[in-house]
Amino acid sequence: MLWNSVLLAVRAIRRNVLRSFLTILGVVIGVASVIVMVTLGDGATQSVKDQMQSLGANLLMVRPGMRMGPGRDAALSPNFKMADIEALAEQIGSVKAVVPTASAMVTVVYQAKNWQTTVTGSSAAYFQTNNWRLASGRFFTEAEERAGSAVCVIGSTVRRELYGAESPVGTTIRVKSFACDVAGLLESKGQGGFGMDADDMIVIPLRTLQRRVRGNDDVTGLQVAVKEDASIDAVIEQIKVLMRERRKITEGEDDNFTVFDTRQIADTMSSMVRTITMLLGSVAAISLLVGGIGIMNIMLVSVTERTREIGIRLAIGAVETEVLSQFLIEAVALSSFGGLIGIFSANAIALGVTRLIDVPFMFNPGMNLVSFFFSALIGVVFGYFPARRAAQLDPIEALRYE
Amino acid sequence: MSADSSEIPLVELRGVTKVYGQGQAAFQALRGVDITIRQGEFVAIMGPSGSGKSTAMNILGCLDVPTEGAYVFRGAHVEQLTRRQRALVRRHYLGFVFQGFNLLARTSAIENVELPLLYRGEPHGVRRRAALAALASVGLAGWEGHTPAELSGGQQQRVAIARALVSEPVLLLADEPTGNLDTQRGREVMELLASLNSEKGLTVVMVTHESDMARHAKRVVHFLDGLVERDHRNGGPH
Repeated sequence: MLWNSVLLAVRAIRRNVLRSFLTILGVVIGVASVIVMVTLGDGATQSVKDQMQSLGANLLMVRPGMRMGPGRDAALSPNFKMADIEALAEQIGSVKAVVPTASAMVTVVYQAKNWQTTVTGSSAAYFQTNNWRLASGRFFTEAEERAGSAVCVIGSTVRRELYGAESPVGTTIRVKSFACDVAGLLESKGQGGFGMDADDMIVIPLRTLQRRVRGNDDVTGLQVAVKEDASIDAVIEQIKVLMRERRKITEGEDDNFTVFDTRQIADTMSSMVRTITMLLGSVAAISLLVGGIGIMNIMLVSVTERTREIGIRLAIGAVETEVLSQFLIEAVALSSFGGLIGIFSANAIALGVTRLIDVPFMFNPGMNLVSFFFSALIGVVFGYFPARRAAQLDPIEALRYE
Repeated sequence: MSADSSEIPLVELRGVTKVYGQGQAAFQALRGVDITIRQGEFVAIMGPSGSGKSTAMNILGCLDVPTEGAYVFRGAHVEQLTRRQRALVRRHYLGFVFQGFNLLARTSAIENVELPLLYRGEPHGVRRRAALAALASVGLAGWEGHTPAELSGGQQQRVAIARALVSEPVLLLADEPTGNLDTQRGREVMELLASLNSEKGLTVVMVTHESDMARHAKRVVHFLDGLVERDHRNGGPH
């Protein structure tokens, strides 16, 4: 009997292909937008995590000023001094390494080509704490670092812009006004989130940067690598106490530096992205609901339009439950078919968009399955009322209906 | 009457009344009708519009129940059955032919004819064989795949008759079966019904207002103002 109802439903759908398609369009769009939103959100979250992972675990960043980004008051927030590095390394127990950084925007030139990029001055430990790997050549050594040698390691974007396919190791480029030997090429970390290109940079010894580029001995940032088993929060507290002391901040006065925990940043960003994903997902879910109401509307119209047909069925000997199940199955078949189309097109769209904005495509089988069953459920919920109305028609009046 | 009087009648209306509406708006469509129809009869019900012939037909077809009185179908009191039970009586014992053909649009002839068997739960092979045989018996072999829009009125009515026959009913009810057809097609349909009655012994009850068509029946019942005015055997062509 159920199989017969399925057969009848399928025949009824097939009889009017265009109307069936328009009926399910709402569900198609609803399901597709939910899946696209969530898939893109998952991808963005993963992208943030990957990016933060590439910064290295258990890494604290100390920066002058109270907040990140532009607008900090340089006069109130002096840069760090070389002595701060030693103080941190020696006086805080759980610190594995303290890596000073300073950076500047420079133009680098190789033969006829030039490229505007960021030059970071740091110590040899920088590569390790930031999870950089070599594609070819070598990092600069501690000896070169102490001597302030004109030697650099370049990112893959800089290599692409200046060298094309040519090997850069062993050549000399001009950084601002001095010639610099290229010792190594870094492995690409790929595009970070938010449009930042992690590979668009070169690294030189800090002393070289201070003398030849910036012309002062400022350190604009400190990276503190913490031992794996140490409590990050305790170390942050110790750094704050020590730096307040060294920067002569009196009690009651605010810090003029900030300590960032990369993991914490990653968590914050992930949860932010997740919130946005949920927000967009629920907007999309509303459109799914609207799609369901669309199905109910068309099914109601269809019941009215097919009154005579229902009359024929009842006269021929269909019982109420058979008419009810036929219409219900019609609604469920339509909506779940719409769900299927939605799922397929959503994954195709999501795949395309993730490629375009360069975030990983995260196929979520559970969510696809849930979307499918939800679309079927929409058919049951919004198909029941019209189906019951059809089943309860009076056969005589239904047959007389014009 | 030629039928054996000891035989249980196929259908029997006893003092049937039917009132539509309530209070002042009430309309008495039937005022106490007694009709007995036996196996193998071909009855034409005639009468002006509003005489109650369609109401009687709906009651005979188990689509409606009497307000008062009894409708006994093969010994069962239909007026006591539930809506569902009446649907099952229609499914297993009755065949319907309508004035407006009432075929499912955009549906092939064979799918239309199969429909009653689908509700009976017959398997696909049985349905198909029975539907093809029924179409052939109304002279439409080879037209299985055509939809109603691709068939003439006469052909559509024959598909409808095939649909009524496919479930091998004990009673065929035809409501103005020739009303939408020209004289020639109408006569063909009437001859088909008459031959089903005479050759297969199928009991046929038909509503018509054309005395031309009623002549094909063996017995004519005239309705007037909700009562049976005249009930007589037909000299007719038989």
